[in-house]
Amino acid sequence: MPDPSFVFAQSLSGLTAAMFLFLIASGLSLIFGVLRVLNFAHGTFYMLGAYSAFQLVQWIGTGPGTFWVAALGAAVAVAALGGLVERFLFRHLYGKDELYQLLFTYALVLILSDVAKILWGTQQKSVSRPPGLNGAFSLFGATIPYYNLFILLLGPFIALAFWFALQRTRVGRFIRAAALDRETLGALGVNVSGLYTGVFVLASFLGGLGGALVTPVRTIVPGMDTEIIVEAFIVVVIGGLGSFWGTFLGSLIYGQVLSFGILFFPRFSIFSVFALMAAVLIIRPWGLLGRPLK
Amino acid sequence: MRPSRVPWALLVLVAAFFVPAVGSRFYTFLANDVVIWALFATSLNLLVGYTGLVSFGHAAYFGIGAYTTGILMKRLGVTFLVAFPAAGLVAAIFALFFGFFCVRLTRIYFAMLTLAFAQIVWAICFKWNEVTGGEQGMPEIPYPDFGLLERLAPLLPPLGGYRTSEYFYFLTLVLVALCFWALRRIVASPFGRMLTTIRENPERAEFIGVNVRRYELAAFVLAGSFAGLAGGLFGIFNRGVFPDFAYWTKSSEVLIMTLLGGMGAFYGPAVGALVLLWLNQQIISVTEYWPLILGGILVILLFAFPGGLAGALEALRTRLVRRPRSA
Repeated sequence: MPDPSFVFAQSLSGLTAAMFLFLIASGLSLIFGVLRVLNFAHGTFYMLGAYSAFQLVQWIGTGPGTFWVAALGAAVAVAALGGLVERFLFRHLYGKDELYQLLFTYALVLILSDVAKILWGTQQKSVSRPPGLNGAFSLFGATIPYYNLFILLLGPFIALAFWFALQRTRVGRFIRAAALDRETLGALGVNVSGLYTGVFVLASFLGGLGGALVTPVRTIVPGMDTEIIVEAFIVVVIGGLGSFWGTFLGSLIYGQVLSFGILFFPRFSIFSVFALMAAVLIIRPWGLLGRPLK
Repeated sequence: MRPSRVPWALLVLVAAFFVPAVGSRFYTFLANDVVIWALFATSLNLLVGYTGLVSFGHAAYFGIGAYTTGILMKRLGVTFLVAFPAAGLVAAIFALFFGFFCVRLTRIYFAMLTLAFAQIVWAICFKWNEVTGGEQGMPEIPYPDFGLLERLAPLLPPLGGYRTSEYFYFLTLVLVALCFWALRRIVASPFGRMLTTIRENPERAEFIGVNVRRYELAAFVLAGSFAGLAGGLFGIFNRGVFPDFAYWTKSSEVLIMTLLGGMGAFYGPAVGALVLLWLNQQIISVTEYWPLILGGILVILLFAFPGGLAGALEALRTRLVRRPRSA
């Protein structure tokens, strides 16, 4: 048995990864819940969020608070892009074969990742930690950077805020209703098409924010989009496609399985998360906290 | 469908044999690539187009086939005559095991599970250094032994004077043609008709007493084994086998090919393979942004020609012939 402080550090690092994944996967799950489509481009929105944050930091420099402005600006830019894509392109594929919708989102992956390459090249990029959060502290023998602590607190906060918005606000009720029965919702006079755009914007915002916030801890490289999207798929499948708390639970499980998998079976940690995904699909296709689709 | 009077498939096959003699080395290379991918895409179409099962993990069986042939020929020195069928067989065994679980799910869940299994295969290929060579893959897969052909050359002059890569191209042509013949027989058989029935209306097929899952599983295994054969050939053609053969982006590539050619026609995916690979070669000589172009093509295709090239041609022919429109 490895010593406890190491296990503690490992589980914290898994938890941090889980919070990032939650930010990204919650957007994916939201789009699936309402629009019933798996958005392959969601990982690309995450990557664009990262690149945009890098670019904004380049422009406005590194002063106190600039990182946060850049992160928020990047998320807003990605959200706007998501809105435009939905309004002008994706909208025309509603009601068509699911395969076409899937392949359209894959076409976006191809196009946007090349656009990112044109704009930012193939060199690795990185963003330094925001001032004030660049230190670290020690807890039970484990070193924890302040930035990771911030992410650990931010994740649950966003989850609660999001959950509150879904449960308690008018738009949140519409979103939940649209997930259940969009025709009836439309017949009741709700602007469903506007709601779809809104869902896309919100989901893209979350993906972009995830990408922007990840920049101080991970390098920005081409290909980060196709990697993260598969991880996000695993998370939403484990938790349940379209289930909000399922996504949260899925992220936690994924983070722990991966970080302890690396510890005990370094060779097969990637294997173990895919195996977990397959096992969930076989035993409970609708996920741990999801509901079967009608 | 009315049988066409011109045996197009046969004509294309005969013409393909003349590529090395007429074209350059580059065209032989391209033709070889196209022929293998045509088989891969057509095997996927058996699932997507004929049975209506959208697999997002078809690359798994391509990869398994490639590794089977590669490991057998390179590490164990087994002859191609055994290693090639083994690719189909091993892929079929995996497809049987994975498919058993997949066909129990519908639509999006089916797609996700095929993806999960494919990623498992990829992860194993990526990490199991001792057997698969891990991240570095397995370079230098030997060509099959064409010594016999070369020894026969003095007796039959047309057989002689080709490079090994060209002999391999001829071999690929013959083998893929045989696979196409088999696939064609499969889709035209009562079994193939039943797959189409299942695609159109699985509930109804169930009503009339068809064991839908068993048919779907059979289609899954067949599609997997043909993909495995394509993979076996590709590993040799590519002079190496790498883990990304089984990565999910490969599955999307072959899906795009199938869609581009048209899922409604038997030779649609093969045409898709031809057009896409040819375009790729043309475009990468000009710009490195091939994915951007491919994405653009895909968007145009989805919005303007959802039936793919075959669908667009069919529409054009209907318009030209001005057949009386049926209501």
